[in-house]
Amino acid sequence: MLVVSVPAVLAWGEDSGGFFKHPHFQMVVAMMLVALAFLIWAGGWWLNTRLAAGPQAETSLVRLAVPVIFGLTLIVMWELVVRGLEVSLVILPAPSVIAARFASSLPVLWADFVQTIVKGALSGYLMGCGAAILTAVLVDRSAFLKAGLLPIGNFIAALPIVGTAPILVMWFGFDWQSKAAVVVVMVFFPVLVNTVAGLAETSQMQRDQMRTYAASYWQGFFKLRLPAALPFIFNGLKISTTLALIGAIVAEFFGSPVVGMGFRISTSVGQLALDMVWAEIVVAALAGSLFYGAVALIEKRMTFWHPSQR
Amino acid sequence: MRRVLPVLAVAAALIGLWYLAVIPMNIHAALTDAERAGAVVTPATAKERRDAGAIGLVVKNPAQIGATFSQERPRLPTPDQVAVELWQTTVEKKITSKRSLVFHGWITLSATLLGFAIGTVAGIALAIGIVHSRVMDMSVMPWAIVSQTIPIIALAPMIIVVLYSVGVQGLLPKAVISAYLSFFPVVVGMVKGLRSPALAQLDLLKTYNTPQSSVFWKLRLPASTPYLFASLKVGIAASLIGAIVGELPTGAVRGLGARLLAGSYYGQTIQIWSALFGAAILAAALVSIIGLIERLTLRRMGLSV
Repeated sequence: MLVVSVPAVLAWGEDSGGFFKHPHFQMVVAMMLVALAFLIWAGGWWLNTRLAAGPQAETSLVRLAVPVIFGLTLIVMWELVVRGLEVSLVILPAPSVIAARFASSLPVLWADFVQTIVKGALSGYLMGCGAAILTAVLVDRSAFLKAGLLPIGNFIAALPIVGTAPILVMWFGFDWQSKAAVVVVMVFFPVLVNTVAGLAETSQMQRDQMRTYAASYWQGFFKLRLPAALPFIFNGLKISTTLALIGAIVAEFFGSPVVGMGFRISTSVGQLALDMVWAEIVVAALAGSLFYGAVALIEKRMTFWHPSQR
Repeated sequence: MRRVLPVLAVAAALIGLWYLAVIPMNIHAALTDAERAGAVVTPATAKERRDAGAIGLVVKNPAQIGATFSQERPRLPTPDQVAVELWQTTVEKKITSKRSLVFHGWITLSATLLGFAIGTVAGIALAIGIVHSRVMDMSVMPWAIVSQTIPIIALAPMIIVVLYSVGVQGLLPKAVISAYLSFFPVVVGMVKGLRSPALAQLDLLKTYNTPQSSVFWKLRLPASTPYLFASLKVGIAASLIGAIVGELPTGAVRGLGARLLAGSYYGQTIQIWSALFGAAILAAALVSIIGLIERLTLRRMGLSV
């Protein structure tokens, strides 16, 4: 009975311009949606309070559930408030609209992902980090160079290096090569500084021990100093994952082929297609977390002996 | 002196490398100019030179090396060209002039400082909430940490347009981006700092029957100061980047980001480099001011080593 009548009433309301279009009815629905949003918020908060104060609060399941519940209530509230107050799509699209856009433009998003993240950010990241670690190993042999390069490297690491993007776009063209170049410059100094600091991490006692074994420089390097430096190197590598994405995206604001996340964001903002912008942001967020997670996983495998990993 | 000497040596070496790089970078344009002026260059036409290697051209045309240092729109300007441009646009121009870098720098700096203030206050407030409420800690903290792995800067163009469509423009949209970028480092650092007192210290205050507010003012807040300053330094650098990037997507006409953008549209390389160095000097100044305040505060508190 109910199953049959609800679509019927809905259809009548749509066709005749009847009570669904009536301003009073719409206002009531809007207020109910907003009220529902706050009810759900209160419910989620109550649930989280119970979970956090409960006996199982330290289990990993609850530790995972609480932030997930918080995130979900936030999204539901966003959806209901946007629909209830009829916020314009130009200001804030509802999550369902963003999800629909995400699902319907997967090929475009994938092409942008490959262009910006795989070609631009990832290749630049590998080149920049590789060059930084090699430079650090070379610099490490000279105390004079180390004393000179460390303060300068620290200084440069704090500068707004994204500003080099227009210059590098001019030099390397609009395609991914220029984005990779920006990423190389951005990740180079944090990794360099961290690696040099890590290589200084061994104690005199440990180095003397290697000496008593008659270990050569490179034996001491690979068996003692490089492993000891790994936690520092990975610290730099982890900071650099975010920097790499920032560099690749911002560099596209200065010129790009007609594909790429930064290009899509700036053109979609121009067309006021904010659902597309949000879909790109979702991609950026996923890519950023996965990138960071992958590096953290490698770190866990390689520095299992370190106190912070046990 | 022993600490300054290596730094100066490395800096001098870097500048030397820069001058060397200028020669091959600008040789194509220099040879084109020389050909127009009637000089004999090898190979003779621009078409033949286009695909030729830069270093080969330098070797074949040693007479034109001098010209590479004084191009009007070089691919790579020399350090002295950048320095002269910086001097002319900061000291010699009136600061109200649209060509003054001080004017543009101030536009960006004001957005940076406003955003930094908002982000820091909000970040400290959230950190206090997180430390005192277990629910907030468990709900919000994982998201604050995850958000640091995300390129938040991608939001910048949208924030500008959305705020513009609700009638807010000028300083505030850029400040919002700056605030957003400095917010999360401050939250994470401050939470770490407010939790840094040892259990024994907290227990001692408990035996005194100290109220929560006094525990906060007398133990947690002082203990968090070193952490706060460390994250303030990260935060202000991020704020400046946010303000500069905030000027890019809207085609702003004022500010350091606008100078970068205009320079890249019109091929004014010297202008780009001077804006870049202006931004670098600004960032260095901001970070060292916070470093100075840090040293003075920690010394007053007896925390410095």
